[in-house]
Amino acid sequence: MSFAPAGFITVRRVALAITFALLLTLPFWVGNSYYINISSQILLYAVFALALNVLVGYGGLVSLGHAGLFAIAGYTAALLLDAGHGHFVADVAAIVVTLAASAVFAVLALRSTGIGFLMITLALGQIVWGIAYRWASLTNGDNGLKITTRPSPFGLSLNGAPAFYYTTLLVFVVALVTMILFVRSPLGASLRGTRDQPRRMNALGYNVWLIRFFAFLFSGFWTAVSGLLFIYYNQFISPPIAALQTSAETLLMVISGGTATLLGPIAGAAILVIMKNVVSSYIERWNLVLGIIFVLIITFMPEGLVPGVTRLWRKGWSTLRGRKPEPEARKTGGHGS
Amino acid sequence: MLRYIGFEEARLLAISSFAYGGLLFLLSSGFSLIFGLMRIPNLMHGSFFMLGAYFGVSMLEKGLTTDALKAIPKIGGAFNFLPSFTILPPNFFLIAIISGLLVAGIGALVERYLLRRLNGQELPQVLLTLGLSFVIADLCLMIWTGDPWQPATPAELRGVVQFGTLFFPLYRVAIIGIAVVIAVALWLMVDWTRLGAMIRAGVDDPQIARVCGIKVSQLFTLVFALGAGLAAFGGVVGAPYLSVYPGLDADMLPLALIVVILGGTGSLLGALVGSFLIGLLYNFGQAMVPDLSYVILFLPMLLVLVLRPQGLFGRSIP
Repeated sequence: MSFAPAGFITVRRVALAITFALLLTLPFWVGNSYYINISSQILLYAVFALALNVLVGYGGLVSLGHAGLFAIAGYTAALLLDAGHGHFVADVAAIVVTLAASAVFAVLALRSTGIGFLMITLALGQIVWGIAYRWASLTNGDNGLKITTRPSPFGLSLNGAPAFYYTTLLVFVVALVTMILFVRSPLGASLRGTRDQPRRMNALGYNVWLIRFFAFLFSGFWTAVSGLLFIYYNQFISPPIAALQTSAETLLMVISGGTATLLGPIAGAAILVIMKNVVSSYIERWNLVLGIIFVLIITFMPEGLVPGVTRLWRKGWSTLRGRKPEPEARKTGGHGS
Repeated sequence: MLRYIGFEEARLLAISSFAYGGLLFLLSSGFSLIFGLMRIPNLMHGSFFMLGAYFGVSMLEKGLTTDALKAIPKIGGAFNFLPSFTILPPNFFLIAIISGLLVAGIGALVERYLLRRLNGQELPQVLLTLGLSFVIADLCLMIWTGDPWQPATPAELRGVVQFGTLFFPLYRVAIIGIAVVIAVALWLMVDWTRLGAMIRAGVDDPQIARVCGIKVSQLFTLVFALGAGLAAFGGVVGAPYLSVYPGLDADMLPLALIVVILGGTGSLLGALVGSFLIGLLYNFGQAMVPDLSYVILFLPMLLVLVLRPQGLFGRSIP
């Protein structure tokens, strides 16, 4: 990913073009299907992290219940496929059901902001976990559900690693473009407004609640899409997907990369997926490592990795050209106000 | 889906419900104090409960001796150089208290050296405690393995107790008694002692309280340690009943959360009522609608959120 400073448009564009070209040709130079699959994982988690970032970064609303929405999409599709429905029906239904669940989550959680919002989403996420785990007659409990086939749009089979990678890449690019459009749209701007100055926005006549509600639905939509990618990737879903741990990992992707940036969650997803795969192949103690990373990032790099690296880059660039580094603009974080 | 239960079963369920509620109170009263008074969203509260329970089961095996250290799985070997030395015989409640004190010490360290640096920043505090809870969960899995541990009920509390013509398991009645005693003690402390007044002053206006000579910072460490200790004490007391297993922390944390949202943050009475309510729902739900028992637990919380967001006994904060 590129860490070019915002001021140097050409550098940034060249870097983005190179990155995109690399992503597009990835299966050819990587070769090994194991690594292609890890790249698919990174992209699908990046979609999930981008979706969560809409709320965490731009809305200042930290949700710990998104694993619940992710799992609702996965379970709905898996159950419908199990019942003999086609992929198209199952996927559309999964997105609709997840959007409905997002609306319920939003109505309940948006009664509060800040820590109240977090606690309520956490509890709602646990309800989904409870259904997945305990309502065994519906969800097959701990044993989970298998999905036997991947869809084959226009007769193209998605069974091979490269084919699935390109599907994920396509979805990822669409997600990224809609995120860019969302952030630049009036709705995105007013969402940031409600994050920084909810009272002023209210006084200006904006419906703060409704703006947040729409942001939640937008986030829920992309969470559903990433949930679908996830079940088609794994062809299996079980209750731990809905657990707090998944929400926490995704939140760590958003935060370690840097909230309220579009590159941050993507970088965070890449870092976490790679680390999870590397760590898990050496030791069983992924949770321990995850917890320690959490503590270290919070204690030493609270701004996240991408803003941190960008700051260092800018400082280095300015020093190289013999200028005094510009003073860091005071940024209002996602949790400020 | 719905299973009907008879009177005899309902009676036993009721006593179990109140015992479970008592345990929930030990867990959530500390959570409520920390969250309500100090505004720290402590997501490692379930970990304190589990850690206390694990300390308890290890000490219960051998009593309070150096042998207990050696009996800790995996890392116990490091203590083999110590001579066998007994401080106290294995007494259940003494061990519960010592376990509570140990975890209170850990809580104090976490508050003092990690949470204190993030004073007033709620999101980083959430993430820090969440991260620590993962670390503790994995360390416990490493040390005490994945098998569940269930200590025996203390000998003097086995058997049944008779009220009129009805018999109740003695240990469950004892848990209810302990919870009520602690509830009263906490209420007296917060509302009627100088210490409680100082804590309330420190919460309402830390700067003026400091000017008046109250050491607010130390008080907050104390409250955090107290909450952690109570949870750990509850963990040991609950161990013969719930047993101790990996994932106990993740099972208990949402319960503490719903109790506190239900009862109102910072309200001890709310925590008490909420605990018994959730205890009843949990036990009757499991007997009557086993598939949905976990989901039913959250219904009163959702109702309260919609109808009375500050909780049943919470002050509405402007």
